[in-house]
Amino acid sequence: MIWLVASFGVFFAGAVLSMLLPRRTLRWFGPLASALGAGLGLVPVVMALGPGGDLSWDRGWSMPLGAFRFGMDPLSAWFAGAILLLTTLAALYASGYLRDAEERKDTGVFWFHYLLLTASMLAVVTARNGILFLLAWESMALTSFFLVIFDHEDGAVRRAGWIYLIATHIGTAFVLFLFALLGRHSGSLDFAGFFAIARHREVASVVFVLAVLGFGTKAGFMPLHVWLPEAHPAAPSPVSAVLSGVMIKTGVYGLLRVLTFLGTPPAWWGWMLVAVGAASGVLGVLFALAQHDLKRLLAFSSVENVGVITLGLGVGLLGVTHRDPIMALLGFSGAALHVLNHAIFKGLLFLGAGAVVHACHVRDLEELGGLQKRMPVTGTTFLIGSAAISGLPPFNGFVSEFLIYVGAFAGIIGSTGTATLSGAVVTVAALALIGGLALACFTKAFGVMFLGEPRSAHAAHAHEVGGAMRLPMVTLAALCLLLGLGGPFLLPLLASVTAPVTGLPASIAATVVRETPALQILWKVTAATGGLVVLALLLGAWRAHLLGGRTIGATGTWDCGYVAPTARMQYTASSFADPIIRMFGAFLGTRSRLSRPDGLFPEGGHFASDTPDVSSERLYAPLFARLEEVMARIRLLQHGLLHLYILMIVLSLLGLLFWKLG
Amino acid sequence: MNALRFLPLVSGLVLAPFLLGVVNRVKAKFGGRTGQPLLQAYFDLFKLLRKGAVYSRTTTWVFRAGPVVGLAAVLGALALLPAGRHAPAAVSFTGDLFLLAYFLGLVRFVTVLAALDTGSAFEGMGASREVQFSALAEPALLVALAALARLTGGLGLTQITSALGPASWEVAGPALALVALALCIVFLAENSRIPVDDPNTHLELTMIHEVMILDHSGPDLAFILYGAALKFWILGALIVNVAVSWIGGGAAITIPAFFAGMLLVSVGVGVVESVMARYRLLKVPRMLWVGVALSVLAFTLIGRFTA
Repeated sequence: MIWLVASFGVFFAGAVLSMLLPRRTLRWFGPLASALGAGLGLVPVVMALGPGGDLSWDRGWSMPLGAFRFGMDPLSAWFAGAILLLTTLAALYASGYLRDAEERKDTGVFWFHYLLLTASMLAVVTARNGILFLLAWESMALTSFFLVIFDHEDGAVRRAGWIYLIATHIGTAFVLFLFALLGRHSGSLDFAGFFAIARHREVASVVFVLAVLGFGTKAGFMPLHVWLPEAHPAAPSPVSAVLSGVMIKTGVYGLLRVLTFLGTPPAWWGWMLVAVGAASGVLGVLFALAQHDLKRLLAFSSVENVGVITLGLGVGLLGVTHRDPIMALLGFSGAALHVLNHAIFKGLLFLGAGAVVHACHVRDLEELGGLQKRMPVTGTTFLIGSAAISGLPPFNGFVSEFLIYVGAFAGIIGSTGTATLSGAVVTVAALALIGGLALACFTKAFGVMFLGEPRSAHAAHAHEVGGAMRLPMVTLAALCLLLGLGGPFLLPLLASVTAPVTGLPASIAATVVRETPALQILWKVTAATGGLVVLALLLGAWRAHLLGGRTIGATGTWDCGYVAPTARMQYTASSFADPIIRMFGAFLGTRSRLSRPDGLFPEGGHFASDTPDVSSERLYAPLFARLEEVMARIRLLQHGLLHLYILMIVLSLLGLLFWKLG
Repeated sequence: MNALRFLPLVSGLVLAPFLLGVVNRVKAKFGGRTGQPLLQAYFDLFKLLRKGAVYSRTTTWVFRAGPVVGLAAVLGALALLPAGRHAPAAVSFTGDLFLLAYFLGLVRFVTVLAALDTGSAFEGMGASREVQFSALAEPALLVALAALARLTGGLGLTQITSALGPASWEVAGPALALVALALCIVFLAENSRIPVDDPNTHLELTMIHEVMILDHSGPDLAFILYGAALKFWILGALIVNVAVSWIGGGAAITIPAFFAGMLLVSVGVGVVESVMARYRLLKVPRMLWVGVALSVLAFTLIGRFTA
């Protein structure tokens, strides 16, 4: 564990130094500090996932209620691994991304907060004490807030930053209350004592609901997700990648960690997660499909993927409730694997989006197009990310969704209770619908941006980004394929990662993995998808052989003989998504403005549509407006007269004194 | 048993284009025409394989990869398919039904991207409709398969098919009929047949699949046509594996019954295409929602009333 402490040390020292060093030095210093810290941090991760087992490190401190304690078990290690991997790659990317901003912005501030954010995320997943956890949680919220408002000259960015800051603190309020409840029943805020709560069933249920609300705000459950589509587009792209890829997963970690304290769950917990997951997944992907802004689209898609993860957690919980070890193991394992997979492909997609913004200076899909020819590396890696996020073989998204599917089907076949059966079938239907809609969403994103002809001069003059930005994208794309084929190697790891929540001791989990066909199935999936790759290569070679020596013509796209095609004749992102948006119009509230072309020589037709976030407009805006009215009355106390403030302080101290004496 | 292992795969590979001939012949008879030869699809394929190719200057490697990856994925899906109770699939394992669904998803992904790669308004339009309709067909398919899994206790296509028999129809006849009906709707949507799409209208604004492949030529077009024929076979076989499972007896009866069923599906498609017109595009999603509703109903029947 000394390695973990050393890793924290590197991140802190790096953060302080980056405020002092000149900007040109930071180009290599930032990524280096990030990589060095991550390298040190990965040592205990590997040890905990390997035979090392649980590690812990504690020191006394002057805070009441428990010790200063860090720990690394496989569950922590899994999340820590994803965090360190993605932050290192995003740091390398950031050094290329920030080069243009160097003259007008202080990149030292960026690296200071970036390194501290990495350290706080690492601390969140390794903290073993409530107060320590909350400190890390708060530091994570603040450093990420400062990264979101990096371009604070822009009013829209500041607004997004405030929304994020408020949303995250509302979430923190629930988490605070949660730890207060847990601490009250165990007499200490050490995680080790929290297991006592399992005896009090009602309190455990309250804790569970608080965890869903508090950690769900961070993870982005519908309708607590409002900050995601605001903050992620506003942040610089490497930061969006880290926020979307790993930071929101600390919410999933929090939920999982709390579940380990709560004992056997009643069926409605699993049902609640299935319902939340299905709602987040389906609505998230529908809103994603309706967006024109590339980064907003990706942010909503994160809501969708958190929904998929939550469906897996729901299946797992139902499995634990009904003592179905296969369902529990596969549900939780699928969810945990999807956490890592989403970190990889969403990180990749946000980095690709950043490359497009860097090259074209626009985020609006309607102004892009034809970028595959101009940015071949970005395009190809973005294509791999799109296939992976749509859950297609042979990429990694398929493996995690496959595990959740098999878990749900195991429940369908084996269950006797209506709760499990209906929960499992809702999961299957939701996953299938999400899969189909995600495919629509990402064929739209990739197709409109990278294929066809450029729709604006910005896109026509785009150029490929530099090596520091390309390398992380290529690495992540390679990981998509590698994990897509490496399922069988991951399952035994996942069994130990999820052991605290599945309630299966490591030995039994190992038996389940060995003796049920789960592992065999994954081998066959790997063989089948690998076979697919080989078959495609063979067919490609056969076609090349057939076409060898024959005439290969090159011409314009077929357009029914029309001789002057323009790029404006192409299908746009809005028109591509329109049929689905209309079909689900009742949920989305898309607004469109149409002025029809008029007269004998029609001209001046115009159409625009946008899909704002329904829950932020219809739920939060009225709620906060009402809240402001009420709170305005308290403003009487905020008069700005210093002597009255002092009087109030004296009065409250006196009040406390009397309370204590009386 | 082992001799039969490759029967479903090989028969699919060889016979799939023949079914298209049957569909065309039925339509010709209804129209009072002689019709093209039954083997026309094979002639077309061989002709196309001997030709060169023309590529649009707008396109990239994505367009060229589309037909190759698409055909590979369809072939992969075909290998997972059994032909009746006594002829297991060439490749079968627990959970292979998800692989089938996602292989078909991969076909759609590459076809849609190849269409968008041409920058043509027509092909974009077809691509947009394709993703809309198949997004609804997906839950119908998977819930229908979930109903079958619940009934048979099997988690793979071969396991499910070999467990279905006359006894299952006695226990859950109405539910199985609903599953078959839901699969029919999925079949029509995924294969772009009437009433969802009209495979014969070239260059109309009403079509889906045909319009997406306008710019493909030569061997690429052959790959796509063959892939479409195989997809017809695959989804048809899903229906037939449920629908003819009421027939008892050994391999000598069920295997011919399977092929007769496939023939019947093609005749049915021909009849439907002769007697009705395409739905308006706004009406198609309703039909697909009916498909979802049917499979959910079948699942409820099986989950609630069958032990």
